[in-house]
Amino acid sequence: MNRQISTVALISLVLLASLVVATTYWQSWEAPTLAAKQDNAIQLVAQFHIKRGLIYASDGKTVLAANIAQHTAGGTLFFRRYPTNGLASQVVGYSTQGRSRAGIELADNAYLTATNANLGTIFDKLSQTIRGATVTGNNLVLNLRVNAQKIAETALQGRCGAAVVLNPKTGQVYVMASSPGYNPNKIESASGFASILNSPSACPGSSSALYNRATEGLYAPGSTFKTVTAAAALDSGLAKPTSSFFDPGYCTEYGKQITNALDQNGPERFGNVDLFQAFVHSINAVFCDLGIKIGAKLILDEAKQFGFYSAPPIDLPPSEVAASGLYDFSKHRLFDSPALVDPGRLAFGQERMLVTPLQMALVAAGVANNGTIMVPHLLNRVLSSTGGTVVTVHPKVWKQHAMKPATAAELNQMMQGVVSSGTGAAAQIPGVLVAGKTGTAETGLPNVYTAWFIFFAPADNPQVAGAIAVEHQLNGFGGSVAAPIAKQLMQAILPTVSKQ
Amino acid sequence: MGARALKIGYRNRELLYLAVVGVLTGLGFASVYIARQALVSWGSLGYAVFFFALYLAAHLVVRLTVPSADPYLLPMAGLLAAIGVTEIYRLGASDAFKQGLWIVIGVALFAFTLWRLRRDYRVLEQYKYLFGIGAIALLLLPRVPGIGTTVNGARLWVHVGAYTFQPGEFSKVFLIVFLAAYLREKREVLAQARLKDVGPLLVIFGACMLALVASNDLGSGLLYFGIFLGMLYIATARLSFVFAGIVLFLIGGVGAYEQIPHVHERVTIWLHPWTSTPVYCPSTGGLALRQDCESYQLVKSLYSIANGGFGGTGLGKGTFTTTDGHQLIPYVSSDFIYSALAQELGLVGAAALLLVFMLFVARGMKIALQADDGFSKLLAAGLTLGFALQTFIIVGGVLRIIPLTGITLPFVSYGGSSIVANFVLLAGLLLVSDRANAT
Repeated sequence: MNRQISTVALISLVLLASLVVATTYWQSWEAPTLAAKQDNAIQLVAQFHIKRGLIYASDGKTVLAANIAQHTAGGTLFFRRYPTNGLASQVVGYSTQGRSRAGIELADNAYLTATNANLGTIFDKLSQTIRGATVTGNNLVLNLRVNAQKIAETALQGRCGAAVVLNPKTGQVYVMASSPGYNPNKIESASGFASILNSPSACPGSSSALYNRATEGLYAPGSTFKTVTAAAALDSGLAKPTSSFFDPGYCTEYGKQITNALDQNGPERFGNVDLFQAFVHSINAVFCDLGIKIGAKLILDEAKQFGFYSAPPIDLPPSEVAASGLYDFSKHRLFDSPALVDPGRLAFGQERMLVTPLQMALVAAGVANNGTIMVPHLLNRVLSSTGGTVVTVHPKVWKQHAMKPATAAELNQMMQGVVSSGTGAAAQIPGVLVAGKTGTAETGLPNVYTAWFIFFAPADNPQVAGAIAVEHQLNGFGGSVAAPIAKQLMQAILPTVSKQ
Repeated sequence: MGARALKIGYRNRELLYLAVVGVLTGLGFASVYIARQALVSWGSLGYAVFFFALYLAAHLVVRLTVPSADPYLLPMAGLLAAIGVTEIYRLGASDAFKQGLWIVIGVALFAFTLWRLRRDYRVLEQYKYLFGIGAIALLLLPRVPGIGTTVNGARLWVHVGAYTFQPGEFSKVFLIVFLAAYLREKREVLAQARLKDVGPLLVIFGACMLALVASNDLGSGLLYFGIFLGMLYIATARLSFVFAGIVLFLIGGVGAYEQIPHVHERVTIWLHPWTSTPVYCPSTGGLALRQDCESYQLVKSLYSIANGGFGGTGLGKGTFTTTDGHQLIPYVSSDFIYSALAQELGLVGAAALLLVFMLFVARGMKIALQADDGFSKLLAAGLTLGFALQTFIIVGGVLRIIPLTGITLPFVSYGGSSIVANFVLLAGLLLVSDRANAT
């Protein structure tokens, strides 16, 4: 019988050994595949065992995103809380169980969960894992200025719109406000989420509060786009600030009259003007003629040099940043064929040109920075959980030659003229040279406009540049609605910038 | 070294290993506490002390009743039970208390069996038909109205007051005793295939199989079949019987696959646990991805195993609940205890655990080889084979080597009847070993 017993023993042991082989297969060979499966709830839960890094505003003290610990049978779980209840809500974003992530919480998830590849972080995490301590993510310090951000959000309260302010020399984003905002602490609950998803009452039919209007909102730029048209004309040498035009109150395109903005006496008429004056008074007829003269291709090429047709490389999730350009409404798609557009209306920012407030802020920043546009960035530095600096974000150039430096200098003068003696007078600040350009874009609804103002200051040594866009303004104009907000923001930031 | 010196050496060795097991249990519990420091106190380390005391008592009974028995089996069983109860504690403290109670009962029955049969366990041979019929009766017990309980689609439980147990676990031991006794007696004449020789064997075994299939207990059916074939082969040395058995099994298997929806479902889950498009979901009647419906358990268990990786998450640090506290794997502490251990101990720990099972099997088979008489050999080999096959069927099912059928992992899984029955199985092996070593 012993021979048979040995055989059965051998078979039994082989069967058990096969279990070791199969375990090895699942735990090493197949482990990454299983970890990547969508229904793998363990991976989902594991994220909540990590103590995510905190997110601070530029002062390094104001906490925009924090954690609350919850002790459960499965160990300590960390859930996000947003102490400001929604300051810069779309920028900070959220990290939740049910709704995944958005904003900085998504874009910088690797830093926040200590899964970035920086050597220091790898060592910290390894030591935490070995000691059995909670893995703690890196903290982020943003460039957002709490004070100015609050001013922007208060100014936009009850309205739909966005404000972007950045440093034209470094690309640091000081303010990025999108109104309405939301309280990220409410995202997790079904009713809270539903209320956030509702279309805002201030702008019926427009996108919900979740949407970052500063980077995703696409608006007709109106007259702010004249900056790009003027840059194209000046860069190409086809016009100078002193080039003279005649304004009959309208321009003729394809045999039809396109009239200037109306005042109480009907369409404004300026008669003989030069390009400088046409820019300062934002005369559509002149720009319409200029557009016809230089052609749509030149304008679109100039726009591309400013970064149109590509999403600005800001440190937000790519899905939350839109590219500016001509949009085919029926297909929701960009197109850039000059033959298909009307150059006269394109020149003053109508046609099917749609832009984001961020892109227009970068246009102003390009003029302010001698024709060079810096990469806009929200993140200032990354700190380890013990306080050491992991990464410092340095300024980088995005568009080296958006326009010639000489063009930038001329446009700088023209934009100063807008504020000192033109449509942007509401942005004047005593003792500071402010440059700007207003815009009042038609929306297709009668007398309802998007009010724009793009700006930078001080014009002789620019420290801030930005764009304000306010949606759904009934007879509200760029100069009267948007420029005063820009003034408040410049006043809030300028003294603190110059101190540094 | 004289026989007496050998005996003392064996028992002292056993004591030493039990001390090691006690330390390991202490470390295991300490690890769970540290991982969950927010919830528990050091006072619960009493578990480790309690188990060491319990094993010490078992050791003393062994010293008195079967002094020459194998010194490795009791510590290994103790280790497995301790690993099991540690993990069960980690998954839910209240279950661990019940499991501890069952281990006490198991050790008591272990001591009783040793004490009762210490002079000569071979008296059991005389009662072989009682064991055979007892095996069938135990399997049919859950079908008796009033005391039977259906859990998870299978009617395998008997409830007495607040406690439930699975008589099938004992039935397995009874059947092995019957087979050992019957095959010892008839092994020479079975090949003649006379009805009076083969009849009682087929009737009793056939009745067991029918009872199992009728109660949807496919895992046990496979287990009983494997034990039967293995013991038949050991007794008769005829591979033809084994082949005939396998052919019959395949025919029966294909038939069952075609006819019994439960079997069909198990095989489908095994072959295709993931679907990329929704398929019919029997539990809801609607459409769902299979991983969200029928193969939910298997898939979640595989995720758990994979999450362990090489070194594991550490005892107490694995993930078994969602963020709002729902269990990720249903029945994790009974049928799926292996996936919990594989996650927390990793490949290193899981392989070590399987190695303990392999060593247990190796020692059990060695006892069968050393035994002098046919009954002892068949009994030891049968008990060991049952232990090995049960381990393979549940862990192999969890690892997708074979279709998953819910049975317990010996000594480790949460479940009273399993623990108690396996301690009785252990007592049987020690009795055979003592007799083989003493003579």
